[in-house]
Amino acid sequence: MRLIKTVVDWLGVRLPIDATIQETAGHQVPRDTASWFYVFGSAALVVFMLQIITGIMLAFIYVPSAGQAWNSLQVLNHNVTLGWFIRAMHGWGSDFMVAIVLIHMVQVFLFGAYKFPRELTWVVGILLLIVTLGMAFTGQVLRFDQDAYWGLGIGASIASRVPILGPPTVNLMLGGPIIAGATLSRFFALHVFIIPGLLISFVVVHLLMVLRLGINEWPMPGRVVRKATYIKDYHELTKRDGVPFVPGAVYKDLFFGAFIIIAIAACAIYFGPFGPSGAPDPTIIQTAPRPDYFFLWLYAVLSLLPPSMETPALLIGPVIVLAGLILLPFIFGEGEKSWRRRPIAVLTILLSAVALGTLTKLAQFAPWSPVMDAWSEIPVPSEFLQNRTALERQGALVFKLKQCHNCHSLDDQGGKRGPALDAVAVRLTPDQLIRQVIQGGGNMPAYGKNLSPAETTALVAFLETLHPAGQLPARDASRTLALDPQDGTAPASKP
Amino acid sequence: MTLPEGLSRRTLLVKLGIAFNAAIAAVLAVPIVRYLMSPVIHERKGGYDAWVSLGNLEQFPPGQTRFATYRNPVVNPWDGTTGDIACWVRNVDGKSFQVFAINCAHLGCPVRWFPQSSLFLCPCHGGAYYQDGSRASGPPERGLFEYGYKLESGRLFIKAEEMPTPGSACKSKNSDIVREIKPCA
Ligand code: HEC
Repeated sequence: MRLIKTVVDWLGVRLPIDATIQETAGHQVPRDTASWFYVFGSAALVVFMLQIITGIMLAFIYVPSAGQAWNSLQVLNHNVTLGWFIRAMHGWGSDFMVAIVLIHMVQVFLFGAYKFPRELTWVVGILLLIVTLGMAFTGQVLRFDQDAYWGLGIGASIASRVPILGPPTVNLMLGGPIIAGATLSRFFALHVFIIPGLLISFVVVHLLMVLRLGINEWPMPGRVVRKATYIKDYHELTKRDGVPFVPGAVYKDLFFGAFIIIAIAACAIYFGPFGPSGAPDPTIIQTAPRPDYFFLWLYAVLSLLPPSMETPALLIGPVIVLAGLILLPFIFGEGEKSWRRRPIAVLTILLSAVALGTLTKLAQFAPWSPVMDAWSEIPVPSEFLQNRTALERQGALVFKLKQCHNCHSLDDQGGKRGPALDAVAVRLTPDQLIRQVIQGGGNMPAYGKNLSPAETTALVAFLETLHPAGQLPARDASRTLALDPQDGTAPASKP
Repeated sequence: MTLPEGLSRRTLLVKLGIAFNAAIAAVLAVPIVRYLMSPVIHERKGGYDAWVSLGNLEQFPPGQTRFATYRNPVVNPWDGTTGDIACWVRNVDGKSFQVFAINCAHLGCPVRWFPQSSLFLCPCHGGAYYQDGSRASGPPERGLFEYGYKLESGRLFIKAEEMPTPGSACKSKNSDIVREIKPCA
């Protein structure tokens, strides 16, 4: 016992930080903030530390060279003992980190924690969100595979649309005229030095602010924030009903952090590492690039916006969102904190969550992407061929050969870019079918020049057979009249 | 010596010191910024203006569109396969050609040629182009990017150096590096 005290005293003189530790660990926090709702910030920090450790371990093997990066990942996956596990931890850690940062942000927003005097803590938090997403994107590039290669192309295409500054930005981002060695090297510098440096400094500032300003008290409906009185009230509250951060609140953070690490490890073991997909060879074009999970929603937005809206939305949208997030605490710096009295805040969160969730879900199916080999790989279901005339079967062949199947499904097989054609004859008359095929329209190319009259006849004959058994195909009622003026009655076969 | 005088002397020295450092930083910033901006300040290195061969003309029969690859004129030894670029060559009538970039004019994904329907289709968001590269349907705002080409001693050469993007192609509107099909919106 005496020995320990001697050592501590000896250290205390030479390493005088015990006061700082005591001040940090022992500072009083409002009792009800020792809650399971308040663990996400520290969990994000825990995952970040995991990312640093696994990231450094990956750097032992990884080669940041366009010619070798992909091979070094294969070696990590297959030849290095547990290399796959470290890759998987880092990859899943990244997804978890983005998710936890987002949850943390939602919690802070709903609990009104961004209000006076914590406005700048919120702004630094927004910066942290941006650099976290930056880490996720640059990390995806370092997994230098086909998806990364074409993902960079997508990033460059988006950036190039900025007026005037766009093209030089693209050259700066790629480090040259094309995606190549220089591109990977600068993304390596970004992912390993620049962005983590920013991330660490922002985390330090963020934590200092949380420490000095105190953890946001549990919001009570009716307890309104006023700049004149808030700080005094807060100190009274912590004095009256406070607990020291250690051990009062910290044990929940510890348990949750450990639980998250276990969850990441479980995902890593069960699902394994992400890719790498095919080698980054731009002459292999049999590929359908997909972004990583957290950018899927953006992928959906890019395909669903009408073409004319796209560039403005891409350039102005992020500015508006960012400005909104940064201005939020300065505009709504006072007032109610409780979500029970802030219906618009709750609705905003619900709407954003539903929108992002729907877009992500959609992007997983990517119905807007043609199925590039449907025309050659997927058969026409037999019920569409039975009891058909030679002409109609000829039409089915045209349907396959002209890649219609890549965009249109039959019996749920094939592309979903255009509508399913199982019952198209009920919707469209023969004339309308011809018009659609020859002239295209909507998002369909015009086939006029690429179909001979015989092919068109056969194709439309086949399309005409696409209706449910009990339902007759659509007819133009005036057509019979025009062709046969004697018979004034409507055609008997009209459904 | 009175106290305020001494203070102001030291304050002056501090200010001078700061100014000295700022001046040095400003001077140092010039090479640093130039270094960082080197990909933008096109210091035309050898190779930038080179014509690249796509191979013998026999590979590109009249009336057909064929896949071709070339090694980018500006490469480093460690670029690996990323220095190999693909493109589509259309021999219109044996005399005139069109050489299309592989990159979709929407977001740069690799378009694929379907000779049966004479369409280029993009696997990402379903952009479609006709055989002459003009936009058929989908999200692209313009037709495929085209390279300038020349025929020499039975071979097809193109001028290719930069990955075409919607913005960069607009920039070089009047150059023959990436020829415009349609003016950008
Ligand atoms: C690039 C993808 C694509 C290809 C290839 C394609 N289509 Fe379409 N098609 C569409 C889209 C998208 C629509 C919806 C157009 C609209 O919004 O008006 C459509 C609509 C149609 C319709 C109208 C369906 C309805 O219910 O209104 C028919 C019929 C049709 N296509 C037939 C064909 C045939 C036949 C072929 C082959 C010769 C073909 N399509 C090839 C994308 C495609």
